[in-house]
Amino acid sequence: MGNFLTWVVWLLAAAACLGTGLRVVTAANPFSSALSLIGNLASLAVLYLLASGEFVAAAQVLVYAGAVMVMFLFVIAYLGGRADAPWAGGTRLIQAAAVVAAVSLLAVTLVAVGLEAGDQLSNEAEVTRAFGSPAGIGELFLTDHLLAFEITSIVLLVAAIGGVVLGMRSQSEQDADRAEAAP
Amino acid sequence: MGPDIPWYLAVSSILFAIGVGGVLLRRSPLIVLLSLEIMLNAANLAFVGFSRLHGEMDGQIFALSVMAVAASEVCVGLGLIVAMARRRLDLDVDAFTELRG
Repeated sequence: MGNFLTWVVWLLAAAACLGTGLRVVTAANPFSSALSLIGNLASLAVLYLLASGEFVAAAQVLVYAGAVMVMFLFVIAYLGGRADAPWAGGTRLIQAAAVVAAVSLLAVTLVAVGLEAGDQLSNEAEVTRAFGSPAGIGELFLTDHLLAFEITSIVLLVAAIGGVVLGMRSQSEQDADRAEAAP
Repeated sequence: MGPDIPWYLAVSSILFAIGVGGVLLRRSPLIVLLSLEIMLNAANLAFVGFSRLHGEMDGQIFALSVMAVAASEVCVGLGLIVAMARRRLDLDVDAFTELRG
């Protein structure tokens, strides 16, 4: 029974994940694209949970579906109607080439996974309940992966500074605004 | 027990292909950025799946690092898009053919 239920939840999450993913790419309105991505991230969190990645799932919902997507929605609201760029770019030939590239990439990875599915990829390791817990993740971050942890913090700092610099109004823009305001 | 790891990998590759299609096809830089997020998350799903397969948590550590890098990338990317909008440029990736501001 537990087995069956896990499959049902997994299939629902996977279907929601692929459906919302497709909607992100195909929707004409950027706002509905961003909302679909939130659904996509949430259903991915369910898949992480089923693969015993509890902390990753929690971080996914908090950081991604929460903070990052709020930023996206804010920018889309700020841009308003300007966010609606034409749907697809290039000539018909370029569009067809893009689809062919995506599909062939998919075929290659699916065949590679399918070939190994029987033996190597199916011998799952036994894990304890502590697998993927915040305690385990935190310990690994502060011992084996301390350098990655520190570099990540520097990357975030640099990105924050970059965001501020990009958001600053340049002198010429200020002059232009002033000229516009004073008739 | 739920599905085996190959099922996770299959979902991950389909999601990645969807993201690639979005990045290559769409013209709005916002949608390109959203499709990029899909690709990063597809890679994350593969990381978490392999992490479960081997019973090692290092894959999950990598997934968390990817999340942090994705957050930085969104911060800078959205900053660029807002800067373009303020300079009254077209929000169309096909229109950006030179670096000169």
